[in-house]
Amino acid sequence: MKTAISGREKSIVKKGNKKKEILCDSDSLSGSVSQRACVYCGARVVLNPITDALHIVHGPIGCASYTWDIRGSLSSGDELYRNSFSTDLKEKDVIFGGGKKLSLAIDELVQIYNPALIFIYATCIVGVIGDDLQAIAKAAEKKHGIKVIPVESSGFIGNKSAGYRAACDSLLKLIAPEKPLETIPGSINLLGDFNLAGETWIVRKYIEAIGLHFHTAFTGDSSSETLKTATGASLNLVQCAGSMVYLANKMEEIYKIPFIRISFLGIEDTIGSLQTIASWSGDQLIQEKTDQLITDQLDGIEKEMKQYRTMFTGKKAAVYVGGGFKAISLIKQFRDLGIEVVMIGTQTGSKDDYRQIESLVGEGTVVVDDTNPAELERFIKQKGADLLVGGVKERPLAYKLGIAFIDHNHDRKHPLVGFEGAINFAKEVSWTLNSPVWEFV
Amino acid sequence: MLDNTTKEIRERKSKGLINPAKTCQPVGAMYAALGIYKCLPHSHGSQGCCSYHRMHLTRHFRDPIMASTSSFTEGASVFGGAANLKASIRNVFTIYNPDVMAVHTTCLSETIGDDLPSIIGGSEVPEDKIVFYANTPSYHGSHVTGFSNMTKGMVQHFSTATEEEKKEQVNVIPGFVNPGDMREIKRILSLMKIRYIMFPDTSGVVDAPMTGEYVMFPEGGTKIEDLKDTGNSKATISMGLSASADAGLALEKKCRVPNYTLNTPIGVKATDEFIMKLLKIGVSKVPAELEEERGQLVDIMTDTHFHFHGKKVAIFGDPDVVISTTEFLLSLGMVPVHVLTGTPGESFVKTITEMLDHAGLKANVKAGGDLLMFHQWIKNEPVDLLIGNTYGKYIARAEDLPLIRIGFPVLDRSVHSYLPIVGYKGAMRIVEMVSNALLDRADRDAADEDFELVM
Repeated sequence: MKTAISGREKSIVKKGNKKKEILCDSDSLSGSVSQRACVYCGARVVLNPITDALHIVHGPIGCASYTWDIRGSLSSGDELYRNSFSTDLKEKDVIFGGGKKLSLAIDELVQIYNPALIFIYATCIVGVIGDDLQAIAKAAEKKHGIKVIPVESSGFIGNKSAGYRAACDSLLKLIAPEKPLETIPGSINLLGDFNLAGETWIVRKYIEAIGLHFHTAFTGDSSSETLKTATGASLNLVQCAGSMVYLANKMEEIYKIPFIRISFLGIEDTIGSLQTIASWSGDQLIQEKTDQLITDQLDGIEKEMKQYRTMFTGKKAAVYVGGGFKAISLIKQFRDLGIEVVMIGTQTGSKDDYRQIESLVGEGTVVVDDTNPAELERFIKQKGADLLVGGVKERPLAYKLGIAFIDHNHDRKHPLVGFEGAINFAKEVSWTLNSPVWEFV
Repeated sequence: MLDNTTKEIRERKSKGLINPAKTCQPVGAMYAALGIYKCLPHSHGSQGCCSYHRMHLTRHFRDPIMASTSSFTEGASVFGGAANLKASIRNVFTIYNPDVMAVHTTCLSETIGDDLPSIIGGSEVPEDKIVFYANTPSYHGSHVTGFSNMTKGMVQHFSTATEEEKKEQVNVIPGFVNPGDMREIKRILSLMKIRYIMFPDTSGVVDAPMTGEYVMFPEGGTKIEDLKDTGNSKATISMGLSASADAGLALEKKCRVPNYTLNTPIGVKATDEFIMKLLKIGVSKVPAELEEERGQLVDIMTDTHFHFHGKKVAIFGDPDVVISTTEFLLSLGMVPVHVLTGTPGESFVKTITEMLDHAGLKANVKAGGDLLMFHQWIKNEPVDLLIGNTYGKYIARAEDLPLIRIGFPVLDRSVHSYLPIVGYKGAMRIVEMVSNALLDRADRDAADEDFELVM
């Protein structure tokens, strides 16, 4: 297939072509207008929703400024995480080291905010000047009697996925109990949900409704307290696998907590996930409650969904999102609405994700990894998409092309998980597709 | 979120920032470079930088922001980024084919010491294409410094004095303002019937119209031949000491084009100064349209002055914009009590303090400050109105204050980048924003018996 960029051929496949596996999870090409972010970004988005943590970014100001409260993760308690803290490294710190400044900043911030927990993020420059974050964190922990956890997130050491792993390593340090916790039967952690627009709350409501105990999410609306209970869970649910499968594996290895992959995006996957959880429990009562929950919820949305299912016949969607699970769920969700996905891609999907994506999409659908605006434009036009699903940087691109758009990233303003999320999604598709503004284009 | 901010201001020896009022150089450099016709800004560093800058600019302008990145890896940080930049140059011209590639550095590439001129010199650049650069270390200054450095880079690379005699044309460096402001400044220049070269000029790039087609390089931006020709102009007006003066001075040094650094033309005084300067440079008279606009503005100011008098304001943002806006607030009879910029530089403090002295006022003034300090000032001396970028909304909420969004970035409101705050028209807009904010609040807070139809 002709691609926009030579050197990117292997990152694009078209379903129906002769067997060829997509190239993914590799470094971006130098000089491309990549939509991807860095290690620090990956680490920050995973850890940021921990509400009572003080997140110090050790570096020049930019990294702290750009990540100030942009995650859209909601809190039911503390709001400390929504502030921005930076050591604001200057030229002389780069030359002489920024370690002292960091220690001093920690002391001051502890005085002002008295936090339960501090994360120190390494940025690019810290990786080069070699400040010893481990030692500084250790000393600060001793001095202040709180958890101070360094995050090895120098931007250049890999891509966003490496940041996810760095965050998971930090989380492992945080959840490690002093003495092993007793496992609570029928208790659950939810990994890879960040409570965007209150989504964790919806999943938690379902989990509790079917009679299971909810420990904590990783990391939506979590706190140092809830996270410390995590190792007492009997099951980990993994939603955003891209960011969390590593943690799930580690928790299985260390704490013998098994995990299953679920997704609460779209009706099909929500039902499937609830049933998987119920059958894992092996408990007749839970099974019954689950069936009841599904029936009730479906009843509640049936009428409205029915309307939407007739509205979009013949419409085509393009999807470019961060992780694989979201892409997979979206294909099903669009199918439910009668919309065909004609182009789909992710920033950080794995080979497994892409295999699943390819098995779900129709013949001729373009599948891309780590794409760029030029390719997005080309495939949107070529495939005649009426709607793009993406994040901040894709929105104006879609609009310029005169097609509808849905934010499925940090800027979403209503929850998209569960049954109510499915309705919200359908509603949003309808609003954007049917807006009168397109008539003026 | 800021409900627990305390009144007590502690000394912070670390000089770390809490809720910053600035960001780093590269984003300013990227914005400036977008003001050149068919130019692709290039971020020489990790790919996160580029992604963040594009995201930030996209949120502010609500338009696609294009920029490429060297995508540093661990190897680059050890062996230097030369290979990445060379590959980038090759790829950018094969894939995106801009006319110009404007490279800016990042904290990483500066720290590992990449020597841009020699890397670019050793790269294969297609014959009719241009690669130029600016050093924009993130650990120095702010986004405004980055804008200034990239603008200065344009002078250093392009400006050339080829003519014996200077041409009847003026260079105008608008500074870190919105495309709506650049359009307004150009409108004034056209009304004055003066030939001008504006650089950088992001109008038509980040406020491009909807056509149903996506073009990677929209029609706006300063043309290369014009950038070169800036060396032949008879004068440069650089607007704002922080964002534009360095480029103006570099042009004076390089091509002997006299530089006049003026305040960003926000408010009646600064706009008057701009127009008076044009008169001095060689325009014969002020056109009737502008005189009428000024008259209208003053009329509006007199019609509304009683709403403003004695009202206390806290204002923060970028130095050039804050300096001129503060002056205009004083002209309206308002009382700026807290004035802060995140960008370091003592000239800011000096300028604001002189202005306040002149008005017989005292205020908290700081350069290189952060929004925790600003909030604490407000706690200690409450105000009636807050002016700043979107990040002011947390303080506005905690203190129940009306907020007017002026500056960069504005992430939670739209249309702002299309409409000017400069010139007489822009000043009218500010008066409207300020009086609406104050009067909406008065209406909201009024007791039933005080709620009035006419205000």
